[in-house]
Amino acid sequence: MATLLQIHEPGETPTPHSGGPRLAIGIDLGTTNSVVAVSDKNNPEILRDEDGRALVPSTIAYAPDGSFIVGGLANDLLIERPECVVTSVKRLMGRGLKDVKSLAGVLPFDVEPQTEDESGMVRLKVAGHKLTPVKISADILSALKARAEEHLGHVVDQAVITVPAYFDDGARTATKDAAKLAGIEVLRLVNEPTAAALAYGLDKGTEGTYAVYDLGGGTFDVSILRMEKGVFQVLATGGDAALGGDDFDHVIAEHFLKDKVKDKLNTSEVKMTLMTARRAKECLSTENRDEWSIEIDGNTSYHKLDRATFEGLISPLVEHTIDICKTVSEDASLLPEEIKGVVLVGGSTRIPLVRQKVAELFGKDPLSDINPDEVVAVGAALQAEALTVGSETLLLDVTPLSLGIETMGGMVEKIIPRNTTIPVAKAQEFTTYIDGQTAMTVHATQGEREMVEDNRSLARFELHGIPPMTAGAARIRVTFAVDADGLLTVSAMEDTTGVEAEVAVKPSYGINEEEMAEMLYDSMKYAKDDMEERLLAESRVEAGRNLNAVSAALSKDKHLLSSTQFAEIQAVICQLEDVVKGTDRDAITEAAEQLEKATKDFAEKRMDQGIRMALRGVDVDTLDEQASKG
Amino acid sequence: MDGLDTTVEEQKAHEEGVIACWSCKGPVLQVVPFCETCGAVQPPGQVNHFLRLGLETSFDIDIDWLDQHYFNMQRNLHPDRFAISSAQEKSLSQQQATTINDAYETLKEPLRRADYLVDLLSADLLPDGCDLVNDQALLMETMELREALEECETLEQVNALSTRAENEIKGCIEKLSKLFKDNDIEGACRLKTRLRYLKKLTEETRIHQMKLI
Repeated sequence: MATLLQIHEPGETPTPHSGGPRLAIGIDLGTTNSVVAVSDKNNPEILRDEDGRALVPSTIAYAPDGSFIVGGLANDLLIERPECVVTSVKRLMGRGLKDVKSLAGVLPFDVEPQTEDESGMVRLKVAGHKLTPVKISADILSALKARAEEHLGHVVDQAVITVPAYFDDGARTATKDAAKLAGIEVLRLVNEPTAAALAYGLDKGTEGTYAVYDLGGGTFDVSILRMEKGVFQVLATGGDAALGGDDFDHVIAEHFLKDKVKDKLNTSEVKMTLMTARRAKECLSTENRDEWSIEIDGNTSYHKLDRATFEGLISPLVEHTIDICKTVSEDASLLPEEIKGVVLVGGSTRIPLVRQKVAELFGKDPLSDINPDEVVAVGAALQAEALTVGSETLLLDVTPLSLGIETMGGMVEKIIPRNTTIPVAKAQEFTTYIDGQTAMTVHATQGEREMVEDNRSLARFELHGIPPMTAGAARIRVTFAVDADGLLTVSAMEDTTGVEAEVAVKPSYGINEEEMAEMLYDSMKYAKDDMEERLLAESRVEAGRNLNAVSAALSKDKHLLSSTQFAEIQAVICQLEDVVKGTDRDAITEAAEQLEKATKDFAEKRMDQGIRMALRGVDVDTLDEQASKG
Repeated sequence: MDGLDTTVEEQKAHEEGVIACWSCKGPVLQVVPFCETCGAVQPPGQVNHFLRLGLETSFDIDIDWLDQHYFNMQRNLHPDRFAISSAQEKSLSQQQATTINDAYETLKEPLRRADYLVDLLSADLLPDGCDLVNDQALLMETMELREALEECETLEQVNALSTRAENEIKGCIEKLSKLFKDNDIEGACRLKTRLRYLKKLTEETRIHQMKLI
């Protein structure tokens, strides 16, 4: 009986029998480095290796048999076996070939030529394998997962993963797909600058309007947030999803190559040159050396680069980030001086020129009290705890890019403007052009420009099952919804008939559902047992919800039942409670159906009572009070 | 109770806004975000933005109160509160949070609030085109201000103009408030056009300010 009277607060869902405290982790999946953290009782902790290192290089080396290693060891192999090593794969997430930057006309990736019928996503040739960026990211994620499991001593299957705020829908979807392949349920994709703000707000008690300047290995974001009393409200965000430390390496490497190493470089040599450039960049941020050597095929070439030249080389890129900061301030309707402080995030903010320019724009010394390399993972871990354990913290993020659809003449009509708080949904009405037309295509784009070709193509949504009518008579309401992960879903309905249209998604740069299914099937990590366990967990959550609902109803309206009826329902409850403890999913489903049946009459009686009360005006006032309290 | 009675009563109850909770199947008011009995999150239901956010249908609102109330509602209903809940609860929380965001975005900003209120109070009653610019004085004012902005060379000049525009906006909002109070919807509809132009101008001054920084 005691369990029957258990009443839960609104919005609080009990998770019965979850089997011990399994912590969800926070993952900062970076272009150059990744960091894993976990938070328990509001106490975030970075997971470090034996040598105290938090950063796991996002570098992966494959063996011919498909096995792989991730991290520093893979980085070491870059010199001996560059053809087996992939770095900066994040830059390819949800992207097409034309987005990949080449050095002296050569890509730092060995790319498989594409065939016509394939989706726009590139495939890389690594150690004799052909791998998608999603698969490579999944392998990096599973290494990070293993690292966390070793630390925590339990299975880790839930995580908050951070993404650049400026990541578009394709790149977000690709990240979520990678996690799925690695056997990780993504509790939420959190924007990196928002995660950093969360870390400052919760860990350091920072309050007010702040800017977060996040310059990582491959991406740049700036977000302006209002932080007060546990509310983190993003006012505006902006960035460049292809601007980061990697691009600094590129300009340095190009500078080195001006002295000509040799005429034509191969992919491996490009990787080596970029690595040397990176070392030079890192050194020049702390000391002033000016000679560098690159060794290719046993021939060493020497190159000059001092601090001043280095700063001259990267200056246009840094200025570009400052221009973006100005635009974001405009979007937030704030002048830089009205912003209380600016937080630095990402390894590239160690470069003195970057710090200097940021300080000049905002008129104050930027903050870096929390290690810029680790702060995002700290925020992700705090959010992972908030999502699983519960929290009073509220995080309101926005869409980074305007969402539009293609109209006549290749123009874009904006449906959801950038910096709209998510989740958001907007509907748009369409009609048919031809008599009896039953299908149509909606082309969704992301970006700020007027023409389709200047924006990023997201996907083509094919609507089928429109009821045949004369041209122009159908009213097809297409709803574009962006969820809390920043992901787009499209649904469509014909308004005059109420017929729901089917929507098939053809992502422009991603894997489609069939490919995903195939990859999941191939993936050893996502074996049948895992799948079964997941389904079992789901049916337990659902059964728990059901038990909770019936208990609540009984404790309120028991008087509507005879003692026999009460005993009958009671018996079915006990049965369901029993099977939920076991592992037989079919038994749980069946017992849940039994409960549904057993309480059908009870539910009707309760509705009758409620309707009578409403009609008599009884209780309505008290209900109203409840409504206005929210 | 016979079948017919139930249908009629159910129909009536529906009009009164009583629906069955999807989770515990008991009665629940349409506008309530959580079932009083079992605590399950409910679909958002059809109410206007003011009602949804606990406000009276009026142009005058207390922005600080609105902010806090909006945050409190999202604290309970945002999908982050339902990250480990069932698919149904996740979906309902997303719908709730979406409608609350929509209501908040519409009401927090005076121009959008005026647009919405004009629509709500008298969508069909107003003469066509009352919100189009046919006001010579407004056109002149706008052109004059825009020219003044183009001629600004120093940050001080732009700042002065920006202050002027902001003061104009303040006055405009005060007048709008009075028009809505007097139930002069047509007048309000006309005046919000001026507000729209002034807002655009402040955006332009901001861009100008940034360039000079």
